[in-house]
Amino acid sequence: MTDTTRPAAGTTPPPGGSPERSPAKVVKLRHPWRTVFAVVLLVLLALFVIDAAQRTAYDWPAVGKYIFDRRISEAAVFTLLLTVISMVIAIILGVVLAVMRQSQNPVVKSVAWVYLWIFRGTPVYVQLVFWGLIAIIYQSIDLGVPFMEPWVSIPTTAALNAFWIAVIGLSLNEAAYMAEIVRAGLLSVDHGQHEAATALGMSWSKTMRRVVLPQAMRVIIPPTGNEVISMLKTTSLVSAVPFTLELYARSRDISVEIFNPIPLLIVASLWYLAVTSVLMVGQYFLEKRYARGIGARPDTVAGTVPTAAVPAVDVDLDTEADPGSMRHGGDAR
Amino acid sequence: MSDQMTSAEQAPTGADATPMVLAESVSKSFGSNEVLKDISLEVRRGEVLCLVGPSGSGKSTFLRCINHLERVSSGRLSVDGQLVGYRDGGDKIYEMHPKDAAKQRRDIGMVFQRFNLFPHMTALGNVMEAPMQVKGVSKAQAKARAHELLARVGLAERADYYPAHLSGGQQQRVAIARALAMDPKLMLFDEPTSALDPELVGEVLDVMKNLAASGMTMIVVTHEMGFAREVADTLVFMDGGVVVETGDPREVLANPQRERTKAFLSKVL
Ligand SMILES: Nc1ncnc2c1ncn2[C@@H]1O[C@H](COP(=O)(O)OP(=O)(O)OP(=O)(O)O)[C@@H](O)[C@H]1O
Ligand SMILES: [Mg+2]
Repeated sequence: MTDTTRPAAGTTPPPGGSPERSPAKVVKLRHPWRTVFAVVLLVLLALFVIDAAQRTAYDWPAVGKYIFDRRISEAAVFTLLLTVISMVIAIILGVVLAVMRQSQNPVVKSVAWVYLWIFRGTPVYVQLVFWGLIAIIYQSIDLGVPFMEPWVSIPTTAALNAFWIAVIGLSLNEAAYMAEIVRAGLLSVDHGQHEAATALGMSWSKTMRRVVLPQAMRVIIPPTGNEVISMLKTTSLVSAVPFTLELYARSRDISVEIFNPIPLLIVASLWYLAVTSVLMVGQYFLEKRYARGIGARPDTVAGTVPTAAVPAVDVDLDTEADPGSMRHGGDAR
Repeated sequence: MSDQMTSAEQAPTGADATPMVLAESVSKSFGSNEVLKDISLEVRRGEVLCLVGPSGSGKSTFLRCINHLERVSSGRLSVDGQLVGYRDGGDKIYEMHPKDAAKQRRDIGMVFQRFNLFPHMTALGNVMEAPMQVKGVSKAQAKARAHELLARVGLAERADYYPAHLSGGQQQRVAIARALAMDPKLMLFDEPTSALDPELVGEVLDVMKNLAASGMTMIVVTHEMGFAREVADTLVFMDGGVVVETGDPREVLANPQRERTKAFLSKVL
């Protein structure tokens, strides 16, 4: 939108064209409605903000008071711990399940299939309630020969507190989704890569670790980022276990104390947003790391190669319609 | 195929008498599709053998059987006097554990039609990878050797490039350097120039010519009859899973004895 394009807009040269005609100036297509739309939105937003600031129901002083409350920040740490530990276990188990699904052995294959069927086929909330009842169903964890006196017998409640039961519930559910994501990643790597590594004398595990998985990562990371963020929010369901020290349960407890749920909902939302943002930054750097060779950084090739050939890596994190995660669209939260 | 070796009179003596590659009645089927039928041939040390034939005649399959990327259905295939991927048990041969087969492959380099470079590593990284991961060579040593090999294929300047930023011919030369890094005693080439633009074919063939001149034993599946005529010691023509004709490339190309060879050569020459 430069000024130089304007004069040409009004003075259209006659068709047919005379030979001495100067080169045609290009008039860019303008989108006046975009501007109008943006202005309308800004006005509406301003109205909303001014209105919200005055509404007592939001109770902004309470938001300010509790946003850095000790209980809330500790709860945020628990939420982050639940997310990270559950995801780490889910990713490891997901890789195992993905490899099992690729196995030649039909028994191994069906085991993985049944696992996916059960854990994807039932709501995570129901699973969490079930895990919460584990100590009632199985009162002790026994090691030994079946139908004989066990060598070791630990009461379930002693072995597993609510936090770890929540971790088990979240990670076993998530592993089923991670398995599909990892499998899609493994399948995306050209078979020739496997062959070349094998021909060099690399063992199957070396081939996987050094050649196949690093390339599969590019396909695995974006949907996994989605899963991490999704997991962060799913942790709000672990009160089903019941584990009540995470962010959502904690803010609900406080809101009961002060007889107003609204400011604490805002506090919890702000914390969830903050943690999500941190995780998104982490994902950005991971994606950059594994884009090497495909979108090689210009500094590594010292400008000797036109960088136009380098496709930008898609860092659009929160696309709900990601093909890799066929998951709980809105969940029960 | 009992008299396929045209050069029995030049057979070397001593330890060198063991052929580098010996195929004895090798057959291979995919289900009911018999792709290799009773193939027998011999490649001496330092020999360059070119394998030609129409599409689907089993050339790639034979090459892949040599380094046990593919199992043979019957027969024996040995490299440097040792069965590849199998243990000899008299009239039967027993399949090896994959780990042991992997050990044998270290000595057999392979170059693919579609290069198959590791795209997440630089040219240098590609060449260093196998010596470090498979042979446990130190990083410094692997790096020095990789630079040396890249220089040998004319790519000293391109060591830090990723494959995506190299031309096809350059990628294939990196792939050759990568195979050479394992110090193989045998190199297998499966149509190394077929995926290249015509103007890039020459640079790859030059590298292969130098390699042949340095005494490397090579089996080359190719459609480059000029290369076969100039470099190969033996030309083998395969069709329908059998060896149809074997001989000195200049003689076979100029004066093919079999009808099928004639028909094929009239199409490609
Ligand atoms: N993994 C496989 N499973 C089943 N059939 C196969 C497999 N690999 C190859 N074949 C078949 O074996 C035959 C020989 O294939 P091969 O690739 O060895 O031929 P080729 O001589 O290398 O041909 P080209 O010149 O096209 O590369 C073909 O009919 C092919 O369809
Ligand atoms: Mg082939």
